Amino acid sequence: MTVRLLVALAIGALFGAGLALSAMIDPARVLGFLDLAGRWDPTLAFVMGGALVPSFIAYRWLRRLEKPALVDSFAVPETAPIDRPLIAGSVLFGIGWGLVGFCPGPALAALLVGGWPVLVFVAALVVGMIVHDRMWVRTA
Amino acid sequence: MAEFNALTALAGGLLIGIAAGAMLLLLGRIAGVSGMAAQSLGLSRGATSRGVAAAFVIGLPLGATLLTIMTNAPAITVTTSLPLLIAGGLLVGFGTRLGNGCTSGHGVCGMARLSRRSIAATASFMAAGFATVFVLRHLLEMPL
Repeated sequence: MTVRLLVALAIGALFGAGLALSAMIDPARVLGFLDLAGRWDPTLAFVMGGALVPSFIAYRWLRRLEKPALVDSFAVPETAPIDRPLIAGSVLFGIGWGLVGFCPGPALAALLVGGWPVLVFVAALVVGMIVHDRMWVRTA
Repeated sequence: MAEFNALTALAGGLLIGIAAGAMLLLLGRIAGVSGMAAQSLGLSRGATSRGVAAAFVIGLPLGATLLTIMTNAPAITVTTSLPLLIAGGLLVGFGTRLGNGCTSGHGVCGMARLSRRSIAATASFMAAGFATVFVLRHLLEMPL
């Protein structure tokens, strides 16, 4: 178990280092990418392109493996239809993303280097998650 | 803010992709940050243990902070006003749970496995992000 935790910590750190190296923890850069009508910043497109290559190779590789190296089985989502919650949720997320320039990964990665605004954003993000999972899902 | 640098953007992206690939091949799960965050908060039961999710989430700021110190990167400055910060955080938190993923889970992992759901989700949050920034910067002319 300890090995799994350390590996997960290292993977998280590598992910966070990638976000910092590519400047994606700076919301100004992300807003620059989202500002198509302004002085467009292509950084995010390059980051996503760079990330998709190893990720794509890993998913091809997966087909040849019976199970992951450290756990008993793969937990990859089953194919599901494109439904209304998927689109509505993604649109709401996109609006919040456009308001600030933070999505969950960069916001968490910037926690120790971004000062109080990041703390406020992450606190609100947690509240938004709790509202969905504990209140919205139960009443829906 | 530094100028656009294709090399660090690509290199950073590669690290993110390698991390996502390692999460899949070693621990068998998608490196989706919103899902892991929810699981580490105890909101949802995920594919692997809560401890794995929490360790990944804790690793994010550690790696980013370490790299920031090592590369002597300029400090980030968030100029967004308090009401927008709160509104944005609430929308991102609620929306990623309703839509089952964010830029990492849908954008990087889902698109890499050519999931139609993830491609639709990514197109939706990108479009909403473009539209929101257009309204704020060019219609309302808010300085962001």
